[in-house]
Amino acid sequence: MAKYRYLPMTEDDKQAMLKTIGIDSTEELFEDIPEKVRFRGKLNIKDAKSEPELRKELQEMADKNIHTKSHVSFLGAGVYDHYIPAVVDHVISRSEFYTAYTPYQPEISQGELQAIFEFQTMICELTGMEVANSSMYDGGTALAEAVNLSAGQTRKKKVIVSKTTHPESLEVIQTYAKGPGIEIVEIAHQNGVTDLEALKEALDEDTAAVVIQYPNFFGQIEPLKEVKSIVSDYKKTMMIVSSNPLALGYLTPPGEFGADIVVGDTQVFGIPAQYGGPHCGYFATTKKLMRKVPGRLVGQTTDEEGRRGFVLTLQAREQHIRRDKATSNICSNQALNALASSVAMTALGKKGLKEMAVMNMHKARYAKAKLEEAGFTIAYNGPFFNEFVIQLNQPVKEVNQKLLNKGMIGGYDLGRADSRLENHMLVAVTELRTKAEIDQFVKELGDIHG
Amino acid sequence: MANIHQKDFPVIFELSKEGRTGYSLPELDVPEADLSEGLEESYIRTSEPDLPEVSELQMMRHYTALSKRNHGVDSGFYPLGSCTMKYNPKINEDVARFEGFSHIHPYQDEDTVQGALELMYDLQTSLAEITGMAEVTLQPAAGAHGEWTGLMMIRAFHEANGDTKRTKVIVPDSAHGTNPASATVAGFEAVTVKSDERGLVDLEDLKKVVGEDTAALMLTNPNTLGLFEEHILEMAEIVHEAGGKLYYDGANLNAILGYARPGDMGFDVVHLNLHKTFTGPHGGGGPGSGPVGVTEELKPFLPKPILAKKDGKYSFDHDRPQSIGRVKPYYGNFGINVRAYTYIRTMGPDGLKQVSEYAVLNANYMMRRLQEEYDLPFKQHCKHEFVLSGKKQKKLGVRTLDIAKRLLDFGYHPPTIYFPLIVEEALMIEPTETETKETLDEFVDAMIQISQEAKEDPEVVQEAPHTTVVKRLDETMAARKPVLRYIKEKG
Repeated sequence: MAKYRYLPMTEDDKQAMLKTIGIDSTEELFEDIPEKVRFRGKLNIKDAKSEPELRKELQEMADKNIHTKSHVSFLGAGVYDHYIPAVVDHVISRSEFYTAYTPYQPEISQGELQAIFEFQTMICELTGMEVANSSMYDGGTALAEAVNLSAGQTRKKKVIVSKTTHPESLEVIQTYAKGPGIEIVEIAHQNGVTDLEALKEALDEDTAAVVIQYPNFFGQIEPLKEVKSIVSDYKKTMMIVSSNPLALGYLTPPGEFGADIVVGDTQVFGIPAQYGGPHCGYFATTKKLMRKVPGRLVGQTTDEEGRRGFVLTLQAREQHIRRDKATSNICSNQALNALASSVAMTALGKKGLKEMAVMNMHKARYAKAKLEEAGFTIAYNGPFFNEFVIQLNQPVKEVNQKLLNKGMIGGYDLGRADSRLENHMLVAVTELRTKAEIDQFVKELGDIHG
Repeated sequence: MANIHQKDFPVIFELSKEGRTGYSLPELDVPEADLSEGLEESYIRTSEPDLPEVSELQMMRHYTALSKRNHGVDSGFYPLGSCTMKYNPKINEDVARFEGFSHIHPYQDEDTVQGALELMYDLQTSLAEITGMAEVTLQPAAGAHGEWTGLMMIRAFHEANGDTKRTKVIVPDSAHGTNPASATVAGFEAVTVKSDERGLVDLEDLKKVVGEDTAALMLTNPNTLGLFEEHILEMAEIVHEAGGKLYYDGANLNAILGYARPGDMGFDVVHLNLHKTFTGPHGGGGPGSGPVGVTEELKPFLPKPILAKKDGKYSFDHDRPQSIGRVKPYYGNFGINVRAYTYIRTMGPDGLKQVSEYAVLNANYMMRRLQEEYDLPFKQHCKHEFVLSGKKQKKLGVRTLDIAKRLLDFGYHPPTIYFPLIVEEALMIEPTETETKETLDEFVDAMIQISQEAKEDPEVVQEAPHTTVVKRLDETMAARKPVLRYIKEKG
């Protein structure tokens, strides 16, 4: 009778259990559901399939998709094709990690707790901040939570966000801001970086925070030092920075420029794109804001015999203790992906992380120079990380269709989010792109361009 | 105190030695550029991030050792109430790793990811059928994220009707902590409705709290005591008559698959925890996935974009003028959604119904076996979980926390403790359908033995655990003097 391999119930067991309960059938256990709401039909979903049949069907479904291992990709815009050391998947496939819940019982969760503690440390090291939490859903929601935190902390209701921030993060900020009623003021960019004059004009006593992405959505490196100096005119106003943590292998971390909150996504470390999620947000801040941080924090302590151990701590911030007074409603986070990123950061180590960051920069500069040589106009010419913007003479969607026929996934269509940037392509070049691939990309683009 | 450091399990940073490598990148095959060009010197990092330098084997040993210091469902029984710690099927993990799913980019042209969109569409349609809702979005990343998304939609609905005085969200005193927290984040005030002596929402109290300022009632059904809210239709009527909406917290859906659907109970918005009912693994705390379903009336407010099917082709509809906006970049936790879809396709309609049948049978069996030894505050049949009180044992000086710690010595993850808040010394037990009767019996026997120990040898319980890699940890010190990152010892 056992048709389902996840259900071990036998007829004998069932009868014995019914007897203990003192009933004749399991139907009796559902009699408290009023007849009017009892579902008496059969759910109209597909019938069960055996393991081999289902594997085959789903493999065929997956095979319908073009992906970054079947095609050479120059697509980034917040999600990148990077080196994932083989150890990463082997570690996160250990089911002691992936089948565990949140480590509420520390004595049998030391592995997870310590892994998070190590993650928190690595994020602090990279960002130059004092405190990092155990993870957020992704970079976009981490940024939105940072915005909400700043308004709560400063009791001000206006937050300035540069338009060089990821457009979908900006949309998420807008949605999150509606709850506490925060006014989001967007400021324009000039030559691909935040317009500092516009920033000065928008800033006032009512500003809770200024949000800058570093490197920004166009790949440009924002002048954080200047931004901080402008923001500093208002004592309470915070500087929130969203950062690609890989870039911080080369760039001075936001913490050293006086950022109050630094967030971002660690997808660049060991997490495949998987159509945009699950990735892994990080959230780092100063000691001063430690008790306002959303989500879980792991702290070091000792056991009764003096051994080092780790526990979830400062839980008085969290929803399961504080309910409606909590600093956030977040409960589940991205623990397993934080582990994946920890393993990737460990594999790279301090040397490898810098080497990888630098390699991205060299390759992107090579691609940019080659495209310029081929006659393309580069939209913004400031210093950049691994992405830059080129102008095309036709819609990006059409160009990408032609590139696809040549086995390539082209860059991001900037016209998607901003109609003034139609025919502008954001090109990402990671360490995985070879010189030959870049050369071919330039050649194909040249041919399409005519 | 002995030299404690000898006994300390090393953190990865303590294994680091300069000159070791755990990575392998290709040689740079393009000419080196001047990276500092146009970049002011102060933007070039001078402080090296202090990441570990270890070999690949060191790394593997470190994380393998950490994994052995962790208890998962595959390690042993995990009856953590409200968390639905069921088996996480292995085929799900394999399918999520198919390159055509794991290495697709969210900004690829829709034509190049039709397989992924088909999966998402079929999943959202299946979830709509399972919950009895008109449409489902897969965008929210987790349960709490889904709660907030749903409440934002209810808020947008009231606002669209010019109904701006609805500032309150009602939650039962037995609700998950995320409910009131989500209400606050969505800009509402959370107000509490009491439970009655049978553990159900007190209808009289509900009538008192409901009013013109009610935006919604958030309800888990079966509730966190594992009890079905029998008066759900009356409650729906009370809330709807007052102009409020009914929100379903799907954390406990595992109890009613194929037996009842929130949509048929009068719920307007439903969130699901795919990492609970639909086997997306919990991952040590996440990632999850928290799809939200709505009635026809609330469809215009769904987060954008919406996945639609037209002439056999799947595409995203961004033109949604009444949408609450985006709640997450891209399209949700796709990788978790792949796992949930694989599970639903493995079980089918009959299998899913059996899931709930056995989840409920298992819980009732354990409850009846334990009710003599432990106080059972609510006597009726339960659904997929039940709540005991440790108050008898407390009189003997043994607290619920002690019982939980003693269970660790038997190799079990303890139940959820001290929740729901309305039960003194609560122990909330959820066995799930994937456990054998033998496992349930062994666990019950251990619980009975612990209760006996409480009478005869309470110290063995009070001083537990005795067999774990660390003993009870000083949580007070952890909070008072927070050490939230590793700092290298000097010297």
